[in-house]
Amino acid sequence: MTDLTWINGALTSARPQAVAALLRYFRDLDTAEEAFQNACLRALKSWPQNGPPRDPTAWLIMVARNTAIDEVRRRRKQEALPDEEHISDDSDAESDMADRLDSDHYRDDVLRLLFICCHPDLPASQQIALALRIVSGLSVKQIARAFLVGESAMEQRITRAKARIAKADVPFETPGAVERSERLAAVAAMVYLVFNEGYSASGPTAPDREPLCDEAIRLARLLLRLFQTEPEIMGLTALLLLQHARAPARFDSQGEIILLEDQDRSLWKRAFITEGLALIDKAMRHRRPGPYQVQAAIAALHARAAKPQDTNWAGIDALYATLEQMQPSPVVTLNRAVAVSKVRGPADALAMIEPLAAKLSGYFYFFGLKGGLLLQLGRNQEARVAFNQAIALAHTPAEAAHIRMHIDRLIAETEAKQKGPVASRA
Amino acid sequence: MLYAILCYHSEDVVCSWPKEKDEQIMRQLSEVNEKLAKAGRLGPVARLLPTTAATTLRENAREEKLVIDGPFAETKEQLLGFFVIECADLDEAVDTARQLMQANDGATYEIRPIGYFMPGVKIT
Repeated sequence: MTDLTWINGALTSARPQAVAALLRYFRDLDTAEEAFQNACLRALKSWPQNGPPRDPTAWLIMVARNTAIDEVRRRRKQEALPDEEHISDDSDAESDMADRLDSDHYRDDVLRLLFICCHPDLPASQQIALALRIVSGLSVKQIARAFLVGESAMEQRITRAKARIAKADVPFETPGAVERSERLAAVAAMVYLVFNEGYSASGPTAPDREPLCDEAIRLARLLLRLFQTEPEIMGLTALLLLQHARAPARFDSQGEIILLEDQDRSLWKRAFITEGLALIDKAMRHRRPGPYQVQAAIAALHARAAKPQDTNWAGIDALYATLEQMQPSPVVTLNRAVAVSKVRGPADALAMIEPLAAKLSGYFYFFGLKGGLLLQLGRNQEARVAFNQAIALAHTPAEAAHIRMHIDRLIAETEAKQKGPVASRA
Repeated sequence: MLYAILCYHSEDVVCSWPKEKDEQIMRQLSEVNEKLAKAGRLGPVARLLPTTAATTLRENAREEKLVIDGPFAETKEQLLGFFVIECADLDEAVDTARQLMQANDGATYEIRPIGYFMPGVKIT
């Protein structure tokens, strides 16, 4: 019962709530983190002997708080007289703590902790690193590995981020409804960033980054437990689950991406899909759509198709149209064009993406799709030009080879299909 | 007599398990299940999705039927699954729950004798 895996699990799962409560108490991130570390060390000594506490989180918060206060007192004794305020606060700590844990308070605590990590002054890479360090409790070494940088560089990045938020002065009062929903939106975006950091990886280092996806899902679930009635948080969690369900089928043996329609769908993780579908289903009953729900609904239509031919492309087209209105972006339109090509044909899809040329001139998927559509329209010469542009935009030789291979196959398939009509025209 | 053995555990903890740990627990549980199945004692078994996927339907004081997100009760440990098992008496039920507990450390098992049981049709 109190084996090391159990203790580690309890410490990991208690961490966000405990550090968040300690942050409210000490109003200083380093002190809160250090206090939590100390409490964990005590837990490792005490729990195997005395058995696990009924409420590990409350135990950790209380012990962390008491040891930190002792530390403050010890230091003060050497410097000056003890602080009355601290002593009286300490004596009723226990009942006080029980109150606070049972209240809604901790929901705002955890939200605040996450919100601090996505302060607008911090660049995205620092936000993610900070959240993984502070909220998830990953070691600097683990984070450095996921970001493919050295440990000391990552240490520096996190220290810099902490210094910046120390100056930023995040308010500790209970937030109002508007502020709470703004915080929630910022935090959701940060969780999605963490996920994409893992999900967008390819090549031989991709497996090192996959834990970021797991961690993002854990954070999304944490948010959802705190905000059980928020459809967008249901949507976010569903989106991450449905996308990550494809993980075992997404890469070939060289670590190159396998496109959705070529993936072996039997490898998709059914448990993730089931949970994702349940959550998006639940979210949509609220009739308060948002970008995460729409994206999750798109992922759900892919997940529901046992074979690529079974995909409900008309539904995907309609959902992308909704997403275009909510979050206009050339990449969204590009994705919609794929659905349009299946529903209304390549000419309509091509007309849709041609105006995007200037904005997406550095995006190889744009030229890949353009080439594919031109090919379907029998404009093979123009298609080759577009394909060469796609290859030129590859980041690595391996990626270029991969794109080339895919294009060769596309050309071969289309030529096989066109043989009939071409011959009859001649 | 039929018993429902309800498995409670902290969802926070279970969701933090690494994949290997989860798989190991499921393997150990299915070993217990296999033994019970061989003895002809195992009925339906279910692992429930997290309570974040739960929806609760209840009536308020004005007799309005409300659909609420989340589980019926907010508890420190959540109902995560159940087993329906034939046991001669409570002693055997406790012994069976003990085997399940050994396979899934940290979980709590509530043993509830079943008053009415309908196996239903075979569903997939």
